[in-house]
Formats: sequence, C-alpha cells, structure tokens
Amino acid sequence: MNKLVYLVPLFPLAGFLINGLLRKSLSKGIIGFIGSAAILASFVVSLVLFFQVKGSGAAIPVEPLFTFINADTFKIDFAFQVDQLSSLFLLIITGVGFLIHVYSAAYMHEEPEQHVGRYFAYLNLFVFSMLLLVMGANYVIMFIGWEGVGLCSYLLIGYWFKNNDYNYAAKKAFIMNRIGDLGFLLAVFWLLSKLGTVSFNEVFPQVSRLTPTDITGITVLLFVGAMGKSAQIPLYTWLPDAMAGPTPVSALIHAATMVTAGIYMVARSNALYSLSEVAQHLVAIVGIATALLSATIAIKQNDIKKVLAYSTVSQLGYMFLGLGVGAYTGAVFHVMTHAFFKALLFLGAGSVIHAMHHEQDIRNMGGLKKHLPATHWTFLLACIAISGIPPFSGFFSKDEILAAAYAHSPVYWVLGVIGAAMTAFYMFRLYATTFLGQFRGTHEQEHHLHESPKAMTIPLIILAVLSVIGGMVGVPEVLGGHHELHAFLAPVLTTETHHEISHSTEYALMGISVAVAAVAIFIAVSKYSKKPELGEPAGFGKVLADKWYIDELYNNIIVKPLGALAGVLKNVVEKSGIDGAVNGVGRFVKYSARQLRLLQSGQVGGYILFMVLSIVVLFLLFWNQAMITQFLNKIF
Amino acid sequence: MPIQYYIALASALFCIGVVGVLTRRNAIIVFMCIELMLNAVNLLLVAFSKMHYAKAAAAGAVTTAGTEGQLFVFFIMVVAAAEVSVGLAIIVMMYRNVHSVDVNFLNRLKN
Repeated sequence: MNKLVYLVPLFPLAGFLINGLLRKSLSKGIIGFIGSAAILASFVVSLVLFFQVKGSGAAIPVEPLFTFINADTFKIDFAFQVDQLSSLFLLIITGVGFLIHVYSAAYMHEEPEQHVGRYFAYLNLFVFSMLLLVMGANYVIMFIGWEGVGLCSYLLIGYWFKNNDYNYAAKKAFIMNRIGDLGFLLAVFWLLSKLGTVSFNEVFPQVSRLTPTDITGITVLLFVGAMGKSAQIPLYTWLPDAMAGPTPVSALIHAATMVTAGIYMVARSNALYSLSEVAQHLVAIVGIATALLSATIAIKQNDIKKVLAYSTVSQLGYMFLGLGVGAYTGAVFHVMTHAFFKALLFLGAGSVIHAMHHEQDIRNMGGLKKHLPATHWTFLLACIAISGIPPFSGFFSKDEILAAAYAHSPVYWVLGVIGAAMTAFYMFRLYATTFLGQFRGTHEQEHHLHESPKAMTIPLIILAVLSVIGGMVGVPEVLGGHHELHAFLAPVLTTETHHEISHSTEYALMGISVAVAAVAIFIAVSKYSKKPELGEPAGFGKVLADKWYIDELYNNIIVKPLGALAGVLKNVVEKSGIDGAVNGVGRFVKYSARQLRLLQSGQVGGYILFMVLSIVVLFLLFWNQAMITQFLNKIF
Repeated sequence: MPIQYYIALASALFCIGVVGVLTRRNAIIVFMCIELMLNAVNLLLVAFSKMHYAKAAAAGAVTTAGTEGQLFVFFIMVVAAAEVSVGLAIIVMMYRNVHSVDVNFLNRLKN
C-alpha cells in the first residue's frame, strides 16, 4: 500500500518529461490535458493517502527509495515520509495545483504551441519539486525540492524571455532565493556535524543533545532560508517583481504553494524552534514587521497583481507571526485558507487581465461588475475571506493566529489587528476600483470585455466555495467547534503552545478584529467606488507607492557597491594584473626567442665554434666536479 | 719515450685541426684539418695500445693487451678513406656548380 506514495511525485515528473520532450509535436489541447491530468492523478493518490493517514492517525511508513549519500559515518537516504502535515500539504499542492493547471490551459491558449508545452512542463516540474519538498523524510531531500521550486520559479517568471525586465525579475527572484538557500544549507551542515543525521525521525527525538547555541544557530539559519523562499524582510523584494510571470504562475507559485515552503519547513522543525526563544522572537518580529510593511505598500499600488503580491507577502508575515508565537497549527491553517483565497484572487485577476487584453492598471478598469459576473462574485468572496469576516475561511485562521499572538504579547495583537485593517482596506480598494463605479478604459477595451471561458470560471467557483467553507475544519472551541485540524496535526506539531485565554477575552478579540476589518471595508468601498484615485500619488502616498524606496536602498547599498567592486576587479585587477602577467610571459618568451634566433646565423663555422666551446666547458665542468658540488652545497 | 710526449703531440695536432676547421674558409683545407684531427686520435690510440702491451708484457705473460686500440685505428682509417672520397666528390660537384670552394658561400639554405 505504501508504494502508492511514490506515485504522487511520479505523475508530475512524467507530465514534465512528456510535455517537455514532445512540446513541438503535441497540440495545445493535448499538452494542457496531460499537464492537468498528471496533477489530477497525483491529487487522487494524495486523497487516498490523506484518508489513510487520517484513519490510522499515524504516518505512513515508506521504505527509502535508495541511498542518496553514503559517506563513512553518515548515510542519507532518498526517503519519503507522509504524515499528517505532509499529507495536508499534498492536498493543497495537488488540489489547488490542479485547478490552476486547468485554468492555465484556457489562459495560455493564445501562446504558440511549443511555448505552451514549455509552460506546462515547467509547471509540472514545479509541482514535482514542491511534492519532493513536502514529502522528503530528511532535510536534504527537502532541500532538493527547495532548490527545484526555486529553479521553476525562475523559469516561469522569465517565461516571456524576450522581455528583459522579466528576465531581470527572474534573476532577482533566483538570487534572493539563493541567499536564503545558503542559510538553509548552513543549517543542514550544522545539524549534520552535531547530530550526524538529517532525517526528521532521528533529529527531533535527539534535540536535547544539542546545546542552546546550536539550536539557536540552526533555527536562525533555517529561518534565513525561509526568509528567502517565503519573502520576508529583508529578502521579500523579489516576490512583487515575480509578478512578471503569467498570472496562473503567480497564483500557483507566488501565492498558494511555493512561498509557503518556509512555513512548512518551520512548522516541520517546530521541535527545534520551540527550544529557542531567540529564534521564536526573531520569527515573530520579522513576521509582523513584514506583514505591516507590505500592507502599507499594498495600499498605494495600482497594478492589480502588485496589490495581490504585497498582500501575499503580508499574509506570509502573519503566518510567521503565528509560527513565532508557537501557534503552528494556526500558521498551517492560514497556509491552507490563504492558498484557497489567494489563488482565487490571482486567478480572478488573471480573468480580469484576460478580459482587458493584458491591461493590469486598476486605474483603467472600473465597473467590471456587470461584464464579468462570475469573476466579480468569486473575487468578492475572496476579498471578504482575506479580510477576515466570519464565517469565511480567512476569519478562522487569522483569528487563531491573532489569539495566540495576544496570549504571547498584546503588542503583537495590536499590530496584527492594524495589519488586518490595512488588509481589508487595500483589498476592498482593489475590489472597488476594479469592479465598481464606471468603466475607465478605452472604448475598444469596453467593446471586447467578455467573461472568461468555462475552464477559467469553474476553477474560480470551486476555489470560491473552498474559500468560503475552508475555515470549517478549524472552528475554535469558543465558537462551538472542535478544531479538527488541530487534532489532526497534533502528532506532528508536538510542541504547539497552548494558550489559555478566557472565552470572554476571546470573544472580545474576535469582535474587535472583525469590527475593525468591517470599518476598513466600509471606508474603502465608500471612498473608492465613486471616486477612485486616478492621479499620481503625492506626499506620503508616493513613498508608499514607491515601496518605501526599499528597492532603491538595496540597489544603493548592495548592488552598486558590488558593481563598483566588480568594476575595479575587472578593469584593474583583471586587465592590468592578471592579463598583464599572462601577456607578459608571452611577450618575454617572444622577445627572447627573437634574440636567440640570431644565434642561428647559417655560418657553419659559428656552429662548430659553439660546439667546440661547449665541449671545452663540459670538460672543465667534469674536471672541477668536486669543486662545483662543494660550492653548491655551500649555497643551498 | 714516455707516453706524455705522444699525448702532447696528439693534442697539438688536434688543436691545429680544430683551429683550422674554425678559421679556414677553403673547403679543401677544412677537409685536411679534419683529417689532421682524425690522425691525432689515431696517434693517441696507437700510443696507448703500445703502452698497455708493454705493461702486460713486462708482467711476463703472453698477451693480446692493447689490440683493440690498433683495431680502432684501422676502422678509423677505413672510414676516413670513405669519407674523403665522398667529401672530395662533393667538393668537386660544388666547384662545378658555384665555381668556388668557399664554405661560407654555402649558406643558401639559411632562412
């Protein structure tokens, strides 16, 4: 039965190979079908595995596939493991992934055939890597997946490789990720040197053998990895730029799955994190700071995808806040609900962009409500869900994180609620500017406005349903639920902090956050539905619109000095130093050869003279051998 | 006569030959100088051969000591004779072609 586990990553890999190799001979329809079918097959197997785990309440034992690294004292197996946490992630990845594949098949149908093949091959490879990441039974396999998703992200951001800006964005994402990966890798080395193993089953029972310094070092370095992959301060700037890729890619990779890899990794390592106060504080502070910073930026963005990108960064910040205060279930819960509504938002945005013929500026939209009814309604539901209005899914997950944050420190809670208010505000600013009011685009655009095809709207509707009811798996006890997710994940998230807050306090916290969000929604809708801001922002708004000048800051303090250093190395060290040495040797040989050539005069007498002189010298040397040896001995 | 005399004479002949080869431009003289060097060596070989034979005979035995030296001399004379015939033929041909026996004139393979 456990052989079934291998099938989960196998299908996307097969899809990748078929689509990648045969991209020039298959038609677009077949490519889309193969790509989607591979993920659907994975999803079905994942469902079976999920219910198996749920039924038995234990991880499915999986034999290692083969020994990946075998070096003297340590051995790293290429091994999978499917437990509660990974089976949940499997469902999210393959489920949401399947919907996005189906959507992509329609969204990308204008592209030329071999590019569609390339697109679906990358997409399948991404799903494969992501499955490897969550199914790996040790940090090394996780790292393979970790790198694989980074690579696919790079390939897909740069999908339209003829546009240099997009290539630049792809490179930026890859390099930022690599910085984080270095931290991850160092943490793995550290773990290996201290414990001699990287397998989850062996590391977590042995954490008591590590000194506090080791644990802090390892967890902080792992978190550096998470910062890169999950776009946290200071490595978050790649994610908004990653919107250069096709919109379904943004939905799948840069909203629903890849960016949650960091959350998964920290939740997986909860046994380590719970032992390090420093790391937990760091995670929480970075999380809430990212949540607030990116929320402020999102308020003033005018590109529909940029708003969603900053919103993603902000929501990831919430998840890290949850992880930092020990609410691991809350964070994983938010990953799940966020995957639903953020994928829905991006796909909705894709539908809008599709209808508007690649127009992404919300200032040129407006009044799309009546033209795109399905998109409009699903988008609205997603906005409500992300704003945290009960009983939509976002409310439950966000509330759980906020309650845990309150129990940890009310400051976190206050900041979290401010962030939630901003979330509600910018989401409804986006909604109102895009869908309400009057249409502000050109006549031609208005003429061509159309609802997207069924292949696009049906995934939207499914995701909308999930966004609405997805929270039901984690209804807290205070609202009369049982929090099934909590019970399900308990065997994996063993070090979860249990907060004891009185019911009255909890009601008050919920009431306040919902009220604040509702007020923010009301202000945003009333302000932007009638009179959206069309001009360029001024004053403080400009600072926000320009993203606090963080990109410029990085450019000035990191990129430019590095560029200058590289310039010095290139022009001075390389040109005059290394080139000089190499060319100097060449010139010397050439010069001495020219001088020596003169000896070959063509006069036989000269040659014979040299011969005779050489023989005389040899004789002299031979006779004075002893003396010469003595002399040499004296010198050396 | 002591062996040193022979060595001194042979060395003198050999040096005359070397200097002649190095300094003279006439091919025939150069040739003769080469012969001079060869014969200086012959003289030495014969002298040493005689010396070894005398030493062995003085020890009172019937001996063939020193015969190799004499043998080598014959070889050298034969080879020298062959060389002279070929060399002189070349010089004759050279004279026919360029009307000169100056060795410095023969550097046309240069460059």
